[in-house]
Amino acid sequence: MTVIGWIQIILFCAIIVALVKPLGWYMTRVFNGDRTFLSPVLRPVERGIYWIGGVDERREQHWLNYTVAMLLFHVGGFFIIYGLMRLQALLPFNPAGQTAVSEDLSFNTAISFITNTNWQNYGGESTLSYLVQMLGLTHQNFLSAATGIALAMALIRGFSRSSMRTVGNFWVDVTRCTLYVLLPICVVAALFLVWQGMPQTLQPYVDATTLEGGKQTIALGPVASQVAIKMLGTNGGGFFNANAAHPFENPTALSNLLQMVLIFALGAAMTNVFGRMVGNERQGWAILAVMGVLFVAGVAVTYWSEANGTSMLEALGLTGGNMEGKEVRFGIVASSLFAVVTTAASCGAVNAMHDSFTALGGMIPLINMQLGEIIVGGVGAGLYGMLIFVIISIFVAGLMVGRTPEYVGKKIEAREVKMAMLAILVLPLMYLGWTAVGVVLPSAVASMANAGPHGFTEVLYAYTSATGNNGSAFAGLSGNTLFYNLTLASAMFVGRFFMIVPAMAIAGSLADKKSHPPSAGTFPTTGGLFVGLVVGVILIIGGLTFFPALALGPIVEHLAMNANTLF
Amino acid sequence: MLREIRPAILVLVVLTAITGLAYPLAMTAIAGAIFPKQAQGSLIEKHGKVVGSALIGQEFKEAKYFHGRPSATVAPDPNDSSKTVPAPYNAANSGGSNLGPTSKALNDRIKEDVEKLKAENPSSPVPVDLVTTSASGLDPDISPEAALFQVPRVAKARNMQEDQVRQLVTQNTQGRLAGVIGEPRVNVLALNLALDTVGTK
Repeated sequence: MTVIGWIQIILFCAIIVALVKPLGWYMTRVFNGDRTFLSPVLRPVERGIYWIGGVDERREQHWLNYTVAMLLFHVGGFFIIYGLMRLQALLPFNPAGQTAVSEDLSFNTAISFITNTNWQNYGGESTLSYLVQMLGLTHQNFLSAATGIALAMALIRGFSRSSMRTVGNFWVDVTRCTLYVLLPICVVAALFLVWQGMPQTLQPYVDATTLEGGKQTIALGPVASQVAIKMLGTNGGGFFNANAAHPFENPTALSNLLQMVLIFALGAAMTNVFGRMVGNERQGWAILAVMGVLFVAGVAVTYWSEANGTSMLEALGLTGGNMEGKEVRFGIVASSLFAVVTTAASCGAVNAMHDSFTALGGMIPLINMQLGEIIVGGVGAGLYGMLIFVIISIFVAGLMVGRTPEYVGKKIEAREVKMAMLAILVLPLMYLGWTAVGVVLPSAVASMANAGPHGFTEVLYAYTSATGNNGSAFAGLSGNTLFYNLTLASAMFVGRFFMIVPAMAIAGSLADKKSHPPSAGTFPTTGGLFVGLVVGVILIIGGLTFFPALALGPIVEHLAMNANTLF
Repeated sequence: MLREIRPAILVLVVLTAITGLAYPLAMTAIAGAIFPKQAQGSLIEKHGKVVGSALIGQEFKEAKYFHGRPSATVAPDPNDSSKTVPAPYNAANSGGSNLGPTSKALNDRIKEDVEKLKAENPSSPVPVDLVTTSASGLDPDISPEAALFQVPRVAKARNMQEDQVRQLVTQNTQGRLAGVIGEPRVNVLALNLALDTVGTK
């Protein structure tokens, strides 16, 4: 570890913290329907969309209607992607002549993009046409992100409203989020990325004659427009197979910094939106503090472990850390930081191959996802995931003092706690259950690229990433098989919707309740005690759930590495 | 609930057209006008022919060129399309080795590379980036140490003074942005192009 390394980490954190208030202010205005500086341009477009869709923007929905609208929206998105992938050979914008994608891979990819997972069983430049990248993937990058934020807004309204039956209008939330928040930021970010060297073209792949006379086919495409939303929407599905490690998908250290900022920007700002809507910004800062503690701890472990390298490299007299699967322009620190950022949020883009990380360095991304991606988290999804943990923490605190728990003026009762537990329990059921199947079924075992405990970690990582809707991978695992395409799709589906529906039920139930002003006996939820309690509850629930699985994977591997055992 | 079906179709279609077609096509037009070189992939031409991209590494094996990092990219096997064969610096199929810290295959590969490099230049320690594969398999850069390590070989192959070659390496070394962001690095293709220019003078 170096001082310059830590300065880069601190710089990143400082940028994020500085963005929280202005973005939070702006987003609050957008979702309250207030005028913004973009309204003169975008308001006519927005009204046009409502007119075509037959949406009355003043009519709010009950939480069930809101959820149904969200689900229907996803069904449509699924068919668009699936259809485009199956038919890409017949459609325009296909200069590389890509052929139709198989049924199971198309199914997997469609589920993967509507759930904001963006798991990459497809190969990017070797599989997809420009049309699929734009109309299939770029569009769903926007809409699955907008959906996540819309759902978080519904939950926030649940907390901030008193005795109301409705939680907002899904169509209005999605439209406003796309037009006023995602698109403008993406336009600016995409241009910045092109300036840094990212291609944005519809021209076919270029054949170059190398200096030594060899032939090199260089894949191109409309990369920047997709990468901007891939990061901002915490989607993470790469344009290229190597994702953000590809020099075209991340040309410089500066483009790398911008991409990390984009991943965290909206998720961090959502805590401020929450604070503003419940009438006390400090409530938001307290939640951000919980995230910050867990984040910095994760960065420290991964950076330390990667900088130390592996005993294999040490035995050969190689110093400078574990550079296998990392790019020179990012080095150890920016690769380690990116890995923690992308898994803390539910992004899943990678600028280094997690499969080649040290055992402990690769364990932190795994833990981040197993905790439910609540450290900033996916846009929207991170906030509702964190609020679910807050509900459990408040419940635990209430049990200790024997008082009905309260949070930002709402009594937390049996219904909320039940729904919160359902959301928390369904995740390990998916990733532990499917991992168990994956490591005994011979055809699934054949997909592992590494032997020994590392192979087990590959499978565990795959299902954890799919369930958490992250999309990063220990990419050695050959996931493009019938078994993995279908089982991973099921994990993504359950991980997304079995989290969303309970969260929406909580939103509906909370909105219906009266708000109580805080009294002398109310547990203050803006101080250090609260932050410590939530961190503790997250680590205890998480630790109890997945420590045994980690012991079989990265922990055993770390011990084996120290004993110089190779597999 | 039935009344949600109309917006589910129509709002989706309109938003898809905006975000999936209008936005990327508009960005393509704007980027092509403002940053034409970058938008097309930062291609480098020599005598009217494309020799590569400034951002994409390419394979160098000859002694007179600086070598990039090992690359783990593959291509479909021409004899059996269900299998793959190694194809270093395949810019149409990026990817890493994905071998973990306890992998015997990785250990054997690195050991072999280290021994080769030690034989080539016994006087300096082997830089770690010269024996590890990059994440993309297309890393255009090596560390300054990795470039300096190769100076004796390149100078000998070209009958040049080591100092002269070393000077070229220094000229082609990019530092951290503002002294903080990123890592110092040398773009291998740019360095080799500079070498060729000096050689033809």
